Amino acid sequence: MKKFINNVDDVLTESLTGFGLAHSDILKIHLNPNFIIRADKSKEGKVSLISGGGSGHEPLHGGFVGYGMLDAACPGQVFTSPTPDQMISASQAVDNGGGTLFIVKNYSGDLMNFEMASEMLGIENMTVLVNDDVAVEDSSFTTGRRGVAGTMIVEKIVGSAAEAGISLAECKELGDHVNKMTASMGVAFTSCTVPAAGKPTFEIAPDEMEIGVGIHGEPGRKREKTKSADEITRDLVDTILEDLKPDNNAEVLLHVNGFGGTPLMELYLLFNSAAKELEKNKVKISRSLVGNYTTSLEMAGASITLCKLDDKILHHWDSPVHTAALRWGM
Amino acid sequence: MSSEMIIQIIKEVQKAYEANASEIEKLDQAIGDGDHVINMRRGMKAILEIEEELGSLKPADALNKIGMTLLASIGGAAGPLFASMFMGMAKVPGSDDIHNSKTIAKMFSSGVELVKQRGKADVGDKTMMDVLIPVSNLFSELVETDNLSKNEMLGQLMAEAERGMLSTKDIAATKGRASYLGERAKGHIDPGAKSCQLIIFTICNYLINRGESK
Repeated sequence: MKKFINNVDDVLTESLTGFGLAHSDILKIHLNPNFIIRADKSKEGKVSLISGGGSGHEPLHGGFVGYGMLDAACPGQVFTSPTPDQMISASQAVDNGGGTLFIVKNYSGDLMNFEMASEMLGIENMTVLVNDDVAVEDSSFTTGRRGVAGTMIVEKIVGSAAEAGISLAECKELGDHVNKMTASMGVAFTSCTVPAAGKPTFEIAPDEMEIGVGIHGEPGRKREKTKSADEITRDLVDTILEDLKPDNNAEVLLHVNGFGGTPLMELYLLFNSAAKELEKNKVKISRSLVGNYTTSLEMAGASITLCKLDDKILHHWDSPVHTAALRWGM
Repeated sequence: MSSEMIIQIIKEVQKAYEANASEIEKLDQAIGDGDHVINMRRGMKAILEIEEELGSLKPADALNKIGMTLLASIGGAAGPLFASMFMGMAKVPGSDDIHNSKTIAKMFSSGVELVKQRGKADVGDKTMMDVLIPVSNLFSELVETDNLSKNEMLGQLMAEAERGMLSTKDIAATKGRASYLGERAKGHIDPGAKSCQLIIFTICNYLINRGESK
């Protein structure tokens, strides 16, 4: 394992501390329990948006704490969901009297920890469950679709709406709506190494790829020999379109997300492939986002996310945001 | 059973865990995400850091405190599940003054019930429940059986845990992270079931060697 590490047990703490130092104008770090909150308190009565999940997906979620997105993020150990005490302390620290909205990615661990936090909190709260990963068949025979790169879109849209002053119930409704409008699928070329484990999470041959991989390196639909970018993209985009069923000439946000080990040059190449595929399918790209936003440590690979845009989603996507990883309009 | 004894049992489990760490890790890497051992280690370490405080508490309070400590330290699905086990045990009236195996059986079944509610998994989902539910059912049955020595009872519980653990091998997972694998999970024992079997085996073994099961 070749990584920048002093002591394996200190990786998370030292990384969070550095994150806090680098972005002290936007956010503050609280250690033990670990959570990240905005440097400036948001306005009275505003719904507090709190997300969290295992570390190793940076900038998700801490990079989205700030004006126009999250009020707090709770980072767990690497690829391990955070614990209820983190969510409870974070909720109390950012409470403005408007209630708390938890934005949770659909994994058994995250679900259970947020559920217990919700029961124990003592502040009015609701939960939006994000499950945009179309690689997993959603049936009673699995835990269900996972929450992946589409999560940050939910955080952006609901974050903007919360800033505008909508109620907790309205935030919940909007979050569920954005989740329904959003679908993602990823592909991995390499595995990744959790520092505490010291060895790769899974084995994959140099000429193989995992289609439909999850953001912790969980297996997806199938393992195949690598193919051209256009062919891979067609696989991903077609599966996403089958799920979203956009109308002719529907407008979408196309988000090409890197998993951490793939250069931007390839991500833009992938964007080009996706644009061709979408044009063939008469889908119009109205907004775009390319970069490493929901990563899996150093995994090589990428995911494609489409979000169907309506006036409301478009308005809240364009509205000002000021976080460590996303900033425009201010 | 006193709080000191609960701590002693956790120390035994910790030892057993270290001895079997690489086996469980391998199972978890095959169908999970490979962090189960790391997370469980963190949980047990957190409990033993407050050993002194736990020793001063009544058993029910100690069990609750252990539950809360695990909840705040393990993370993942295992955190809420193992925490629920302890919190469920503490809920049983009489868990403050544990004199007989009937009370322990009631506590175990109350713990398992809370784990089941939290995880929404049942027998056949290829999870820890494949060990916990049958052992709990057998335990409740055996404490009502006359003429059964404590050691015979403990031996039967160990065998049932082993049977439950092995039953996870040839089925596909329908809950938890292994469920994403579909048919690919078949042929692997579930690491959560292995973990629970090891814990039950260790506790029973400890009680047998100790010569009593109070």
